[in-house]
This record gives sequence, structure tokens and C-alpha cells, in this order.
Amino acid sequence: MIENIDTSLIDWSRAQFALTAIYHWIFVPLTLGLGIVQAVMETIYYKTGNEFWKKTAQFWMKIFGINFAIGVATGLILEFEFGANWSNYSWFVGDIFGAPLAIEGIVAFFMEATFIAVMFFGWNKVSKGFHLASTWLTIVGATLSALWILIANAWMQFPAGMQFNPDVVRNEMFDFWAVALSPVAINKFFHTVLSGWLVGGMFVIGIACWYLLKKKETKFALASIKIGAAFGLIASLLLLWTGDGSAYQVTQKQPMKLAAMEGLYEGGNGIGVVGIGMLNPSKKSYNDGVDPFLFKLEIPKLLSFLGERDCNAYIPGITNLIEGGYQTNQGTIALSAKEKIAKGQLAIKALADYRQAKKNKDEANAKIHRATLDENFAYFGYGYIKNPEDLIPPVGLTFYSFRIMVILGGFFILLFLIATWLSYKNKFEGKRWLQWVCLWSIPLAYIAGQAGWIVAEVGRQPWAIQDILPVSAAISKLNASSVQLTFFIFLALFTILLIAEIGIMVKAIKKGPQVSEQ
Amino acid sequence: MKKESVPLRIYRFYLEGFKEMTLGKTLWTIILIKLFIMFFVLKLFFFPNFLGKFESKHEKQDYVSNELIHRAITP
Repeated sequence: MIENIDTSLIDWSRAQFALTAIYHWIFVPLTLGLGIVQAVMETIYYKTGNEFWKKTAQFWMKIFGINFAIGVATGLILEFEFGANWSNYSWFVGDIFGAPLAIEGIVAFFMEATFIAVMFFGWNKVSKGFHLASTWLTIVGATLSALWILIANAWMQFPAGMQFNPDVVRNEMFDFWAVALSPVAINKFFHTVLSGWLVGGMFVIGIACWYLLKKKETKFALASIKIGAAFGLIASLLLLWTGDGSAYQVTQKQPMKLAAMEGLYEGGNGIGVVGIGMLNPSKKSYNDGVDPFLFKLEIPKLLSFLGERDCNAYIPGITNLIEGGYQTNQGTIALSAKEKIAKGQLAIKALADYRQAKKNKDEANAKIHRATLDENFAYFGYGYIKNPEDLIPPVGLTFYSFRIMVILGGFFILLFLIATWLSYKNKFEGKRWLQWVCLWSIPLAYIAGQAGWIVAEVGRQPWAIQDILPVSAAISKLNASSVQLTFFIFLALFTILLIAEIGIMVKAIKKGPQVSEQ
Repeated sequence: MKKESVPLRIYRFYLEGFKEMTLGKTLWTIILIKLFIMFFVLKLFFFPNFLGKFESKHEKQDYVSNELIHRAITP
């Protein structure tokens, strides 16, 4: 029996989750980045005793507080959605998702919540050293919160350290460290947190430039730019390194995502990276023979090098991944999508047969079906795929989002380099064009981070858990109209919160740090 | 002079901190309204736990296994 799940239900549920995650990710990166900047400033105050640095740190702390207060708990809505809209998924992932989220809630959140109170209320009430430690521990707590969430997300991209238990229909974690320290999780954590640092650095120099343009708070602005620019430069250079690690992991673990990122339909040896290109909207299918690009400028062999550390290595394209038959980097022959789908169907049938045998207390047959299930479980999710083309993520969105992220990443390295150089040479104040560029680059830092998430999440469709569970099987059987309703409620709620944040922040920025110009 | 106990000092620390807040009062108002909407409106009326309607774990796993089995594409 085939039960059809309304595709509009899937689309609206995904849209709702994306909306919530995107709004949540407006608040988080600034918390991660600005938290470090203010802690560095307070450290300078601690070391020098100079009241200027205390007031400077306190101003950025106020901005941090506004962002933190408006953004706090918006991530919890994602957990509501897991329970309501993605109940099959929530049950299926079991303690693998539960453990990191529980640690996040208990350890990181309480640590963050305790020390943030000392950070805001403790000036002149606790010792300078204890206050400084609290400021650092607040940001450590916030970063640890991000760590556990990102570990859970990385597991969805690369399920590791678990075993499926058909008796309870759940995945059970047998190796916590394989989940927590998977190469995808480590890379994702550093890449994502560093993108927050970049937002923090850009935000600080952008706002400081606004003061310079208004010719007020000059000393404060120039001092903030020195720290923000150097911090942003470090973050953007490290992002280049972790970005390379991400590309490598995607090549190894999610080759279809990589192919979509590059608009690569026909793979081969010594494949290049498309620097700039425009996709051909006439291409409707992976095997229609239409050229996927209207034009492209390619850097030869770079994709093979980045993905396999070998300029002549083989990189499969979308067609190759669908049709299979090529030699994988493990030396095996890749299965076609149809073969994977057949294995997935076998796995699901084995689950049904196993449960029926258990119900009939037929242990001998249960053992046989369990063995079939275990043998084919790696392809379990393919059993829900009707057409091999359904395995192709939205190529256009993934391709362009990736380019937006990478191009902006390059732009930020250049911008932070110039800003750092000029600020340390004391030549920043006269460069009004650069001040305008920095101010208007604040939204670009957010766009780069959001584009990165779009690549990560859209690029792995149709999977909720890579290869194991597609979104069509993960979703709860709800009315699409009720999901539509909550989508618009969230849209209204988050928009009000965002307007409140921007309004309160602008007011605080206009008031300024009121640091003496002497 | 007798020193106050640690819990009392912590209580006073928070109390004075909240009393001295200026911008923080607006922020706390926003936080409380937001949390109210989230937990007493959204969670209760729009996001009930879908599997919460089943009483036992056994019923939940039966429901999910049926869903996973019946949603599969049969050859």
C-alpha cells in the first residue's frame, strides 16, 4: 500500500522550518562574534585599567544584550516543529538527537544564563577578574550551545555512531564520540562559529564607521575598528581553511550536494571549479542532453584537487550519481539510483517482515529479516524515492547560494585586510569611501552566513537524514493548511521581533557609548 | 557585622541588577511577551507533540513503524 503525502505539506513544513532557522540565525552569529569582541575589549581593560576600554566594552555589551534578549529562545521553536511537524523523524532519530540537545539545554544554556547575569549586573559588584571570567564564560557557553546543535545537524548530514533498532523503530547511539567528533561535525562547528565571528567583526567595524561618518565618538570608533577588523580578518582567513575542509567532507560524504553546488552533471577526472557561471534554465532533466550552463568561467582541475586532494581525481556528476557504474574512491563500483532504491525497498520490507515475525513470535524468520534489514539499512531512505530524479536537490539555489557565500568570503578577506592595515597605520579615519563600504557590508555578512546554510540544507535534499530518511517519510501527517497558518504566524512574530531588535539597537547606537574624546 | 548568607547575597545581586536596569526593562518585557506567545499560544494550540496522542511508547513505535512501512514505494 502506498500512502501519498501531500507535497504541499512537505513544502510548507520545509518552508516553515527554513523560515524559523533563518530568523534564528540572524541572532546567533552576532552573539557568537560580538561576544568575543567585547571579551577582548574587557580583557584590555583588565590589563590596562583604562576606563576607556571599560566603557567601550560596556557599549558593545549593551548591543550584545539587545541581540541576545530578542534572539533568546527563538531556537526552541525549531524543537516545537520537530515534535509537531516532523514526528516520524523525531521518533526515528531517538537519543542521537536527544543527547546533544539535552547537553545543550542543561550544561551550555545554564552556564550561559548564569554568567550573563554576572556580566550585566556585576560591574563594580564583583572583582574585575571574576567579571572578566564571567564575560568569557558567557561566550564559551553560547559557543557550546552552538556546538551541540551543530553536532546534531552534522549527524543528519553524515549519520555515524548509531545502529537502527527495528524493535523500537529508532536509531540508537552506540558511540557518542563517533557522533560528537565526526569529521563533518568538527568541520561544521568551526566553519559555522567562524562565520559568526565574521559577522561580529563586520558588525563592529560597520557600526564604528557610522560614528566616523557622523564625526562623533571618533576615538571609540577607531579603537573598535582596530579590534573588529583584526578579529574579522582572522575569522575570514580561518573560514577559508574550514571552507576547504567542508568542501572535502561534502565530496566524501554527500557527492550529490557537491555536484549541485557545481552544477556538475557529467563528472570525470581533473574536474574544475566554476568560478562564475550562469545555469541554463532550459535544462529540465539530468539526461536531456542540454548544456547545463549558458556560460561559465572555470578554474581547471580545482574541484578534483579540493575534493580528493588530487588534481586528476575522479569527481562524479549528477548523471553519474544517478546512473552509477563508476569506480568510487574506495575502489568499489558505484550503485545506480535504481539499485539503491531497490535496496531501500528491500530494507523497508525487511522491517515490516521482521516486526510481523516478532509479533508471531517466529524468532527464526525474525533473524533472517533482521539480517536483510541490517545488510540494506544504509539505503533505507531510498525506499521512499519514487523517481531517481527526486534525488537531485534544487541545483540553481544550491549553485548560486554557494557562489554568493564564496564570493562574499573573498570580499571579506580583502575588506578586513584593508581595514586592518589602514587602522593599524592610523589612516582609516580619512577613508570615507571605506567607511561607507564597511557600513553597507554589515548585511552582506549576514547574507554570506545564510547562503552557507542554504547550501548545506537545500543541497542535501531530499534527505532529512542522509540516505536513511527523506523528508517525505520524516513528516507528520498534518493538514497543509494548518502548517500554512503557523508559517504566517511565525512570519509575523519574527518580523515584529526583528523590527524591535533593529529599533532598540538603532536607538542605543544613536545614543552612543558616550566615551570621553580625551 | 554579620556577613549575609550566599543565597541571600545572590538574591540581592539579581534584585539590585534588575532594579538598576534601564534598557533591560524594555528587553525583559519583549522576552516575557515572546515566551508567553511561544509557550502558551504556539506550543499549546499550534504545536502539540504529534505523537503525544498515543499513551504508551509501544503505541508510538507501532504508529511510526506503520507510517514508515506504508509510505515506502512498493516495487
